[in-house]
Amino acid sequence: MIRTRGLTKRFGSLVAVDALDLDVREGDIYGFLGANGSGKTTTVRMLLGLVLATAGEIEVLDQPMPAAGRRVLPQVGALVEGPAAYPHLSGRANLALFDAMGPAGARASRSRRVDDVLDQVGLGGIDKRPVRAYSLGMRQRLGLASALLRQPRLLVLDEPTNGLDPQGIREIRGLLQDLHAAGTTIFLSSHLLAEVEQLCSRIGVLDRGRLVLQDQLSELRRPTGRTYVRTPDVARARALLDGSVEHHDDDSLLVRVDDAAALNALLVGGGVRVEVLAPERHTLEDVVLEAAQASADRIERVLPS
Amino acid sequence: MIAVELRKMVLSRRTWVTVLLIDALPTLVAVLLALTDLGPRPGTGPAFLSAVLTDGTLYPLAAIAIVVPLLLPIAVAVVAGEAIAGEAQAGTLRYLLIRPVGRTRLLVAKLVSVMAFVLLTVLVVAATAYLLGTLLLGRQDVVTAGTASISGTTLSTQELLVRTGLALVYAMLSMLGVAAIALFLSTVVDSPLAAALGTLAVLVASSLLLTLDAAHALQPWLPTRYWLSFVDLFRDPILWRDVLRGTGLQLVYVAVFLAAGWANFTTKDITD
Repeated sequence: MIRTRGLTKRFGSLVAVDALDLDVREGDIYGFLGANGSGKTTTVRMLLGLVLATAGEIEVLDQPMPAAGRRVLPQVGALVEGPAAYPHLSGRANLALFDAMGPAGARASRSRRVDDVLDQVGLGGIDKRPVRAYSLGMRQRLGLASALLRQPRLLVLDEPTNGLDPQGIREIRGLLQDLHAAGTTIFLSSHLLAEVEQLCSRIGVLDRGRLVLQDQLSELRRPTGRTYVRTPDVARARALLDGSVEHHDDDSLLVRVDDAAALNALLVGGGVRVEVLAPERHTLEDVVLEAAQASADRIERVLPS
Repeated sequence: MIAVELRKMVLSRRTWVTVLLIDALPTLVAVLLALTDLGPRPGTGPAFLSAVLTDGTLYPLAAIAIVVPLLLPIAVAVVAGEAIAGEAQAGTLRYLLIRPVGRTRLLVAKLVSVMAFVLLTVLVVAATAYLLGTLLLGRQDVVTAGTASISGTTLSTQELLVRTGLALVYAMLSMLGVAAIALFLSTVVDSPLAAALGTLAVLVASSLLLTLDAAHALQPWLPTRYWLSFVDLFRDPILWRDVLRGTGLQLVYVAVFLAAGWANFTTKDITD
């Protein structure tokens, strides 16, 4: 769905995006992670033809961008760096206006399309008040509605849950999961690890313009080979397991063992009371922090020597 | 896209406020003239204004001559300056372009919308002025007496209508030049205010240089040089020289600035 080769963008001497090889497959919910200023938004803008690449190739829906923009973009819905609307018009009037722009917006079915997407994002009962009076969350929903107007095959979303409350976030997550189940590929750019972890099947991590990691979430969160055990009988368990305990504290242990079931049988057989036993997994946070360096908006003082 | 831009223009309350504000000045002048009966002496003051006390049907032309030098260019600079920079500032530009609306198409639609705004303003001003002129100011039996041209001979109503139409087209063309400059600046800067003020700076500088004898060599090339030459359309016979030069000059400005704006906008990174 999205494939880039050696995608590079320089702003003057600053390299914002450096030789990016993205690979988003059909049916993915792709989480594009990166700190603020790591080049996520510039990448998204290049995918959509807003920013022109310095070097490299972009293919979206198997067609070159931005050259094939007129054919590709009607099948793409996007939310780029926050929603935007004409503040003096109502949400409905805004959607009708956006629907009238560009190709494939037949007038006869316009009001039905607008009603449909408003229902989808939970703004079906919206009144005539202007967007100026909307809350941040309502604007975010309206932006999402605008992205859905053309029933896109590909959704490119930059921080889609920004400004939403916890209920709203869960609702939007549900909506995205429904759309995905109906066959929409989703490219989700975010700096929120938890959001990406809950939603995405594939992850790319951007650090200072470079793609430092790109893999399936299940692969990244593979077991570490250790098993977590919680028990009141820590001392007895340590004696039983001997050298395979890598870490322990008052009521838990981390045991390096291949077979968790055998471990459980061994412990129970040895009279250890087991409260919790589970294979330890890599957390996305650990993986990402390991791959990426310090935060891009952190600027260290260089001490004079 | 043109239809969408026109709808946005018509739906915007600011469009109508601007038109009414522009219309207010010639209305005020008409009321003052009617109350005091003190017109400027022939040859002084805004064009045609000395004639309207005897012939109110000329007042639409006088009204256009009142708004063309200052009010209308300010409005055009603001509206056209906002075209691209305003969308960029509101964040809607990126959503327009990924709809997708082609960049060239968007520029054309914006230009058409600005000119529709000028046409709307000119028509409202002319219509109001015609009403006020015939109701408040001097009334002659146009059909029998005819209207006096500036040269003193009389013009038939038909001739007057044709020449008024030409004058409106000429005023529109002058404003198209302003719109082209403002649209170009609107693709360059990030703020609509900067684009509008930049355009006004060009116009103010041009007006200033026109009063300076030392700038004589530059004067035929200044954008405001021939703005009021439509007055020559009401001489008998018509004095075409300045009207034609003005037309040519505005076309050059329009071509140069639209080309520059297009070249800039179609290769620009949209980062706001």
